[in-house]
Amino acid sequence: MGAIAVFSFFAVQSEVFRSPRGIANWLDPASTLGIMAVGVALLMIGGHFDLSAGVMTGTTALTVGIVAVEFRQNLWVAIGVALVVALAIGFFNGWLVTRTKLPSFIITLGTFLMLQGLNLGLTKLFTDTVTVGGIDDVPGYTAAEWVFASRLEILGAPIRVAVLWWLLFTALATWVLLRTRFGNWIFATGGDEVAARNVGVPARRTTIALFMTTAAAAWFVGTTLAVRLTSVQANTGIGQELIYIVAAVIGGCLLTGGFGSAVGAALGALIFGMTQLGIPYLRWDADWFYFFLGAMLLLAVLANRLVRRSAEAAPR
Amino acid sequence: MAAPKRLLALALAAPLLLSACTTDSAGDGGDGGSGGSGGGAGAEGDLVFSVVTHGSAGDAFWDVVQNGAEAAGEDLGIDVDYQSDGDPQRQAQLIDAAVNQDVDGIVVSMANPDALQGSIEDAVEAGIPVVTINSGGGRSTEFGAIGHVGQDEAIAGQGAGRRLAEDGAQNVLCVIHEAGNIGLEQRCAGAAEGLGGGISTVQVDINDLPGAQSTIASQLQTDPSIDAVLALNSAVAAVAVDAAQDAGSDAQVATFDLNADVISGIQAGDIAFAVDQQQFEQGYLPVVMLKLYVENLNTVGGGQPVLTGPAIVDAENVDEIADLATAGTR
Repeated sequence: MGAIAVFSFFAVQSEVFRSPRGIANWLDPASTLGIMAVGVALLMIGGHFDLSAGVMTGTTALTVGIVAVEFRQNLWVAIGVALVVALAIGFFNGWLVTRTKLPSFIITLGTFLMLQGLNLGLTKLFTDTVTVGGIDDVPGYTAAEWVFASRLEILGAPIRVAVLWWLLFTALATWVLLRTRFGNWIFATGGDEVAARNVGVPARRTTIALFMTTAAAAWFVGTTLAVRLTSVQANTGIGQELIYIVAAVIGGCLLTGGFGSAVGAALGALIFGMTQLGIPYLRWDADWFYFFLGAMLLLAVLANRLVRRSAEAAPR
Repeated sequence: MAAPKRLLALALAAPLLLSACTTDSAGDGGDGGSGGSGGGAGAEGDLVFSVVTHGSAGDAFWDVVQNGAEAAGEDLGIDVDYQSDGDPQRQAQLIDAAVNQDVDGIVVSMANPDALQGSIEDAVEAGIPVVTINSGGGRSTEFGAIGHVGQDEAIAGQGAGRRLAEDGAQNVLCVIHEAGNIGLEQRCAGAAEGLGGGISTVQVDINDLPGAQSTIASQLQTDPSIDAVLALNSAVAAVAVDAAQDAGSDAQVATFDLNADVISGIQAGDIAFAVDQQQFEQGYLPVVMLKLYVENLNTVGGGQPVLTGPAIVDAENVDEIADLATAGTR
């Protein structure tokens, strides 16, 4: 609903916004954000946050770059190493949260800061500067580009392949949530962990798996960044974690866990993508960008809430 | 039931109302305009240029670039649209958006050329002339841009280093205020070259100036042989002066870029000099270059970057420049 409102708002005023090329344009930021938002939404339904998710996209992108360029490995080896690194970080987050019972907010804030420092420190150590470049000169690049960064002509619009991945991951997450036992565990763990445990849900394993899922999403997005931009800055991804959470919240995830959907998070990302490029399409003063972004988000959340309420009220 | 419906209607109507207001202001912006924002670019012969930089919103440096571009637009009767995003991927997406709008020319700042390569080449392929500004001059021609206006960060750093050497500095502390910004690293490296060695770097956070001040002070206390502090940002320069006082150090302070504090600091003798890259020109000149190209197929620079700096502002010329800086053009 919110997504339709935002779309019609921009589409009415800008011809380019609703043209196929324009749509391809704003689907692009929505797609990478959407992949992360879906992962973050699963974790939030399971009752936790991951503040390190944003910087982790930087960590994985830098890992891909450093292993491929500085250690002269095939790009696919580098991508594999980055996956291992991501899963390890996700496991670390999840394990620490379930072990210590500390709020995931605190644990992942610690991871966030550590990764931020590691990203900068290690990048400078290996490259003597703050970026890793030349990823497109590495063997394996052509195939990796095809998988992560190619463009498909659909109705004359060059759609980024990340959009397809986004749809695929959203569908996969929805299926897991609604049709599998693991999906039930996620809802149960996020709803009431103690009660879930009492009925035999392996809450700890579920939580760790969710943190690793989020990390895997960060790996996918980080790899996409590295392959597409061919050079990665050490400050990549910082601050994005809040945007992922906001997208999930717009999509109906509760901050307290136990409720939400992957499709909602994907739509939240869509709203973000449309707003991010809709504003330049309308040629508004860029200084006001964040104000409009915030206003759009509030409107979208309010509209969602109203629709949900009247939908809930109707059958009674 | 009635109340939620009314609220919903309001929520949906609000954007439309908002848009009504903005259509007006867009009309004001484009002198003798192309009839509102609806059709957008390229209507009825009016030239529309897009400026896409990597400055973050509210950055004093980039405000001057924006002022330059808009002043040129006003002087030449061109509709100039300024957008910016510090994230390379989002900057690339803004360039894509400008290409889709079929603007008549694009100005791009290139902090991270690799990340922008695809989008710039797409623009060139679509027949839109591109001028690159600020850093990245070395790659400009390769991407198909018609010219580059900027200050090479390394050359600017060398200028600062040479001046520091002339002033007798031997052990310089270079203050990096944004972790992971390649341009700042290049300035410090350039300064080391110009000085002939003797540079150490320290990292601070531009969003935490009090913290920056204590960090610089602690460095000066730990190493009393530091005889100069090179700030890479005018706000950092101001706290560096205070930090030197806190630490009881005689180190002189020099900086990149101007603002009111730096100018009064130079006037008061607290700041030795500022490296001014005259970024107003980086906004103004590309608009002129694009107009010349679109209307007359002229190019400027002959494949070489047009350098806007480094110009040095010190006690000798600071008074002339003071008023201009207050007006946001220096």
